[in-house]
Amino acid sequence: MPEKFDVIVVGAGPAGSAAALVCARNGLNTLLIERGEYPGSKNVMGGVLFSKDLRELIPEFWKEAPLERPVVDHRYWVLGEQSALQIGYKGMEWGEEPYNTFVVQRAKFDQWFAQKAVEAGALLINKTVVTECIVEKGKVVGVRTDRPDGDLYADVVVLADGVNSLLAQQLGFRKEHKPGDVALCVMECINLPKEKVNDRFNIKDNQGVAIELFGDATKGNFGAGFLYTTNDGINIGVGTTVAAMVKEKLKPYDLLDQLKAHPSIKPLLEGGESAEYLAHLIPEGGYRSVQKVVGNGVVVVGDAASLVNAINGEGSNMAMHSGHLAAKAIVLAKKRGDFSESGLSSYREALNDSFIMKDLEKYKDVPHTLETYPQYFKEYMPTLTKAVGKFFTVDGTTQREKQKEIIKMFTGKKGTFKMITDIYRVFKAVK
Amino acid sequence: MSVTTLEEKQYLLRFKCDKQSHLTILNHDVCATQCPDKLCTLFCPGEVYKWEGNRMQVGYEGCHECGSCRIGCPTQNIKWEYPKGGHGVIFRLA
Repeated sequence: MPEKFDVIVVGAGPAGSAAALVCARNGLNTLLIERGEYPGSKNVMGGVLFSKDLRELIPEFWKEAPLERPVVDHRYWVLGEQSALQIGYKGMEWGEEPYNTFVVQRAKFDQWFAQKAVEAGALLINKTVVTECIVEKGKVVGVRTDRPDGDLYADVVVLADGVNSLLAQQLGFRKEHKPGDVALCVMECINLPKEKVNDRFNIKDNQGVAIELFGDATKGNFGAGFLYTTNDGINIGVGTTVAAMVKEKLKPYDLLDQLKAHPSIKPLLEGGESAEYLAHLIPEGGYRSVQKVVGNGVVVVGDAASLVNAINGEGSNMAMHSGHLAAKAIVLAKKRGDFSESGLSSYREALNDSFIMKDLEKYKDVPHTLETYPQYFKEYMPTLTKAVGKFFTVDGTTQREKQKEIIKMFTGKKGTFKMITDIYRVFKAVK
Repeated sequence: MSVTTLEEKQYLLRFKCDKQSHLTILNHDVCATQCPDKLCTLFCPGEVYKWEGNRMQVGYEGCHECGSCRIGCPTQNIKWEYPKGGHGVIFRLA
């Protein structure tokens, strides 16, 4: 008789480990399956984890989790070729409990988080790929793994298998991603002595900086770069949609090297030592990419369900929250003894009622708008940086003339009406 | 030293290579005749794909398992699977 669990969770990332943790805490016999050598060994993130949703699972997690610095200074830079328009917010309240965000290194963090699920009673198996869901009479009843005699059974299977979620595709829950809906990001972890990080970013040991980079960071393509401080170094990365990479014939590592060489970035990295280079996809299609997440005996969470808010840079927190909500629905289904699609539907309802789907819905037109109308990234962002440069330059031109020139920089050949249309379009998408 | 070439970047990584490729070109003729730009050789972050003049060489050993090639291949000519459990790239940091 093959082994039967209450719950099998596929993937020990933030979504899967959150689901396993909550299931195990509620006394469910829970198996957590990870394909990597250890949780986190296949996972990549620039680094920003918003603390709220982890706090709900593990209050005061910062006292034990392997974290980098809490972010106290969040900046947005729009890069020109040799320039940068900089805005940001520095708030000391972010450096105090309960903290707003931490930068985390996923290989360390995910191991710790999965271990919390294990401590709660879940069984973790590493180095195991789930090749398919076992479906009987229209219901998922278990998973097939690449181990000998690797069939495992459960009342509910949680698909937390990340952005590529081959399993959700196999079940017909979602179609393959379109190249315009996923961002290909590459990054480097660069070691730098703590004191240098502190000096260069004007921070103390337990304070971090996050800089989101636009404009020339992506060579005017839909996407962004980032620079985050770790305890002893810097994570720097950049990504654009696979569609943009294909169309512009970009090499992602060339984008990264160009970013590292930018005059506003280079001095920050000076003397640093590259420690790792990583690539990963982010599902950025937003609301319209979220497809079927509940079926008979199965739920989908985290990146596998495309739960990413690319506008606010939220992903790992949404993953945890979705895992949390899914686990609650499973606990409820267990009480009722009904693991059918309708028995698990409270997950979809809870997801729709949560900030996750509400925020994704609010921004549902943004990815499409920015992808369809490249002028925002290609024209307006570089112009914005140039305009501010012009504004601050004293060169004998009168302020009135400067104003006129700046307005002309924006309206240019396209004319005022087209520009107002462009502004209205983006306003409508984000309002 | 901050690395500059892709070879140097890839050298920072740890891989546990399987003997068998988890990436398969479905039809090599399609690469040769229907894909003038050989786009995967450009956007793949690990430069896994190399055009050898008449055939696409797949250096799966350096794959980050990101999935871009499966999604970005204009002719859907790449079969993409996960490496066997415990194999493939092993990220140590982020």
